Amino acid sequence: MKHIRTVNKANLKQTAIKGGCGKCQASCQSACKTSCTVANQKCEKDK
Amino acid sequence: MVHKFKLNGLNIVLDSNSGGVHAVDDLIYDLLDNVEPPFDAECPQRVLEKLSKSYDEADIKECYNEIVELYNEKILFSEDDYEKYAKLKVASPIKAMCLNIAHDCNLRCEYCFAKTGDFGGGRKLMTFETGKKAIDFLLERSGDRQNLELDFFGGEPLMNFDVVKQIVEYARKREKEYGKNFRFTITTNGILLTDDKIDFINKEMSNVVLSIDGRKEVNDRMRKRCDGTGSYDQIIKNFKKLVSLRDKDKDWYVRGTYTKYNLDFAEDVMSLYNEGFDQISVEPVMADPKEPYAITEGDLPRIFKEYETLSKKMQELRDQGKFCNFFHFMIDLDQGPCAVKRLRGCGCGNDYVAVTPDGDIFPCHQFVGIDKFKMGNLDEGTFNNDIKEYFSQAHIYNKPECKKCWAKFYCSGGCNANNYNYAGDIHNAYKLSCQIQKKRLECAIMLKVIKMLEE
Ligand code: SF4
Ligand code: SF4
Ligand code: SF4
Repeated sequence: MKHIRTVNKANLKQTAIKGGCGKCQASCQSACKTSCTVANQKCEKDK
Repeated sequence: MVHKFKLNGLNIVLDSNSGGVHAVDDLIYDLLDNVEPPFDAECPQRVLEKLSKSYDEADIKECYNEIVELYNEKILFSEDDYEKYAKLKVASPIKAMCLNIAHDCNLRCEYCFAKTGDFGGGRKLMTFETGKKAIDFLLERSGDRQNLELDFFGGEPLMNFDVVKQIVEYARKREKEYGKNFRFTITTNGILLTDDKIDFINKEMSNVVLSIDGRKEVNDRMRKRCDGTGSYDQIIKNFKKLVSLRDKDKDWYVRGTYTKYNLDFAEDVMSLYNEGFDQISVEPVMADPKEPYAITEGDLPRIFKEYETLSKKMQELRDQGKFCNFFHFMIDLDQGPCAVKRLRGCGCGNDYVAVTPDGDIFPCHQFVGIDKFKMGNLDEGTFNNDIKEYFSQAHIYNKPECKKCWAKFYCSGGCNANNYNYAGDIHNAYKLSCQIQKKRLECAIMLKVIKMLEE
């Protein structure tokens, strides 16, 4: 493509199917606490 | 849903529903204002006419085809079909707990949401007995969850450190019986850190949150002792020591709060970096708009500019081969959490609860003291599943603004407590924090795009 550069493999859809196992950290995103947005967390499913 | 923005000389297009991110030229950027599915075999005449004033017709046609190609690959204008997952996976075991080990504090930070540490309910320390009951409660309610998180919070948890140690010892003993694994975190203002405490924390806590606001004058204006003097000189020394002795594979970060008084907070991030801290979170104060330090709508343009300044500074550090992790610019476009996790965010009141020194259970530390959300009490052995159920339903498809928001899979519906306190209901997005959140996300995505284009 000449006009578009896709910078990542979009895979949110696939993650929905196998997701939700709950192994990962809880993620409070308020300013007073761990301050994580969900987007900066790690998936821990296969660990 | 497609969101596009210009930042730092780049045109960026995010396809919210697939997570696809694209860097595009001006023609595509403008064309996207004029086209949407269902697509025709060729670029519609009205679009050609409109854009041919600024662009070459052959180019417009070519761009149209590229857009259609991405659409067919389902990474542009892709569908939102996640709502079924929100309905499916509702009730969850409880896997994380905030232990308000001390409703008391040795600082008098002006912006403290805990009302100088006691949450408005009188100064109290948690007993070991209550702590034990909290551990038992978590173990029993955690179902098949392996990793359990326990956050020692306050007030100031170092004011009750002997009980912290006892609880850790107790939890370490019991986790084996259950075949589970506790991860401890402690959040501290640093005043009472001694060598012994640093040793214990570095050994037992998988994460440490060190509260400091940045530049000395900024910190000392808000983070004061009872006698009004600043805390900076003492805490910075203690924090440096703790970090220098900490294993490299264990987490920690310094976190600060910015207010109306330091809207140039990029300077505070850099000040912390220059003091040797490279894991940094600095975030907006959430406060009653009537407070003089509160951030208000009118501050937003200034704040947006500051995030842009900060993202440039982070980029410069990276170009120089240096490392600095600013939490809100950290985003993983490829391997982040699953879509299911992104529907609910923090999970407060559902897989996360907070416990007070009296053994009262609340949906999270920010709900402590709001009676109508009290979920139960450890001594009485009560727990209200209706409240848990209510919170388990607080996903993005039950939040009207979030449902149509491009940032929903990154923000996950914001902070329920802020929503309740400042917008009247846990389901109502608090617009001020939404706008800040979205700006941070744009900066974070932009930094990632630069990095990926380099590779
Ligand atoms: S409601 Fe807000 S403060 Fe409470 S856990 Fe969720 S994000 Fe954190
Ligand atoms: S560990 Fe991964 S798959 Fe499991 S809930 Fe968390 S993000 Fe989703
Ligand atoms: S809280 Fe605000 S920014 Fe977050 S998803 Fe909802 S509307 Fe979007």
